[in-house]
Amino acid sequence: MAVATETQQIDLREPKGWRRTSNRIMTVLMVTAFVLVIIPLGFVLVTTVVKGASVISWSFLTSNIPPNVAPADVGGIGPAIVGTVEITFFATLMAVPLGILGAIYLNEYGGRNWLAALIGFFSDVMTGVPSIIMGLFIFSIWVLHFGFSGFAGALALGCLMLPIVIRSTDEMLKLVPNSLREGSYALGATKARVTMTVVLPAAIGGIVSGAMLAVARAVGETAPLLFTILTVTTVNKNVFSGANTSLPSQIFSNANSPFVGAQARGWGAALTLIVMAFVLMVVARFITARFSRFSR
Amino acid sequence: MSVVTQADPTTPAGSARALSERRPLGDRSFQILALACGLLVLVILVLIAVSTSQQASSWFTTEGWKIFTNNWNPAANQFGALAFIYGTAITAVIAIIMAVPVSVGIALLLTEVVPYRWSRPIVYVIDLLAVVPSVVWGLWGIIVFAPWIQHIYSSIASGVNGIPVLDNLFGSPTSGASFFTAGIILAFMITPIVTSLSREVIATVPQIDREGAYALGATRWEMIRGAVWPHSQGGVVGAVLLGLGRAMGETIAVALVIGSSAVITSHLFAPGYNMAAVIANQFGEATGVFRAALMGIGVLLFVFTIIINVIAHAVVDRSARRMRGA
Repeated sequence: MAVATETQQIDLREPKGWRRTSNRIMTVLMVTAFVLVIIPLGFVLVTTVVKGASVISWSFLTSNIPPNVAPADVGGIGPAIVGTVEITFFATLMAVPLGILGAIYLNEYGGRNWLAALIGFFSDVMTGVPSIIMGLFIFSIWVLHFGFSGFAGALALGCLMLPIVIRSTDEMLKLVPNSLREGSYALGATKARVTMTVVLPAAIGGIVSGAMLAVARAVGETAPLLFTILTVTTVNKNVFSGANTSLPSQIFSNANSPFVGAQARGWGAALTLIVMAFVLMVVARFITARFSRFSR
Repeated sequence: MSVVTQADPTTPAGSARALSERRPLGDRSFQILALACGLLVLVILVLIAVSTSQQASSWFTTEGWKIFTNNWNPAANQFGALAFIYGTAITAVIAIIMAVPVSVGIALLLTEVVPYRWSRPIVYVIDLLAVVPSVVWGLWGIIVFAPWIQHIYSSIASGVNGIPVLDNLFGSPTSGASFFTAGIILAFMITPIVTSLSREVIATVPQIDREGAYALGATRWEMIRGAVWPHSQGGVVGAVLLGLGRAMGETIAVALVIGSSAVITSHLFAPGYNMAAVIANQFGEATGVFRAALMGIGVLLFVFTIIINVIAHAVVDRSARRMRGA
């Protein structure tokens, strides 16, 4: 009895004084940091939606691009939407298969050898190369010889997407358990067959969502397109020859314009672009949640 | 020679050597294809360096070391790029100073404070920030943000009027488009990447370190300072460097809001220029040495960002290795 009363009561309450105060101050600061980010994001999104929604209509999405002096209700951004879809499609067609194969080399063949380590390291470094450098690069090796075209823009965007696809695919391949590979080898399958029929299908959810995030990044890029596709005012269905245009290029030229009508069309194009990127991101998230079999 | 050929038939079937020699053509060509795609990364990086330097060679040869002087006057064939290098450094530093505390704060909020079901929506919001394209930040920056912040610049400027150092930094604003506006927009744009990288680093801190700190009676902030911070310091430094690289290379938003004036000034609220923005704005009408000069500014920018990224990834890899070892 006497022992129980003598047992010290441990004080589990929050410490008082400066220690408690500093803890609370820092917590409040962390929340403040998040609020500081929400405010501009909210402003950008609300402004774009409000100003964009007021000009968007079916004819806005399909009409040709008028001169900058035209009032807001004249013309539209049809050629820019067509150009963005064409260019992004071809960029994806090039970057995604090549990127997946590159990641297969890193993860399935390279293992821990120095070459795979080097390629992996420089894929990371390449994701940090400014997008405008890709534009200058394609200008030097392609545009100077073959002229401006949507395809040149696709090449530049492809260079931008390649390391992103390699990195995200690599991450996903790492998650595939080795027992799956070993099981297939035990059945006598070759490495190529194991990779194509067992490893890739097992990781396909993550790979697709990584690729879509790369597309979402590329679709909003302007800088690589400035000197590779220029801008045009009518639809150019031929990706391989002749100048083209895209939503980001159009927004850039309209933002530089002093005319109210041009700026209004810029907001409309901006809303269209954000919706496209947002849809890609949401679909990628959905695929990750629904189809990934292995996660970190 | 003959010894080898004689030895071959005796190689036991099923040994590693025999298996590799029996690999079908398709299997081997798949490996070569994969290797080629991996090498593509290195090939592209080398090609970028070679082709852009080639296009820029006339700038390097005609100007020599004068490329690092402060006289940009295309009309008079003067192409010194110092003002742009200065602008890139200033805007990137402003962006880093503003973005890093916010990003690390959000990363700590996500990993240490809020419960899991709250952290997911917060991550979505941060990702949404990354989805907003550069050009939309620029459009909003120049049409909405710059005219608004101009009033704030004016009142700050009149407040510091006559005070020695502050007047040099924050005095005489001319319009909303300036180094500082570009820095703010850049800060918004690099926050998602710095946040997500810091979060990854902080998430690798062993749970047992946190519990140890709490067991000693630490408050949450004391736990963060004592257990989380020492562990993730290196990785966060790498994240900050990656953010710096992004801020230096971000083009379109900056081209719209920086004010397009090739000057070196201590006035942060004055219009300026940076490397990426001058390429974006002037390359279209440039020919001859002018074009070579812009191409050369691109080469310099490429070299700067490659150096920063190499250091950043080396730092991140090293701290990740140390973390695994721990």
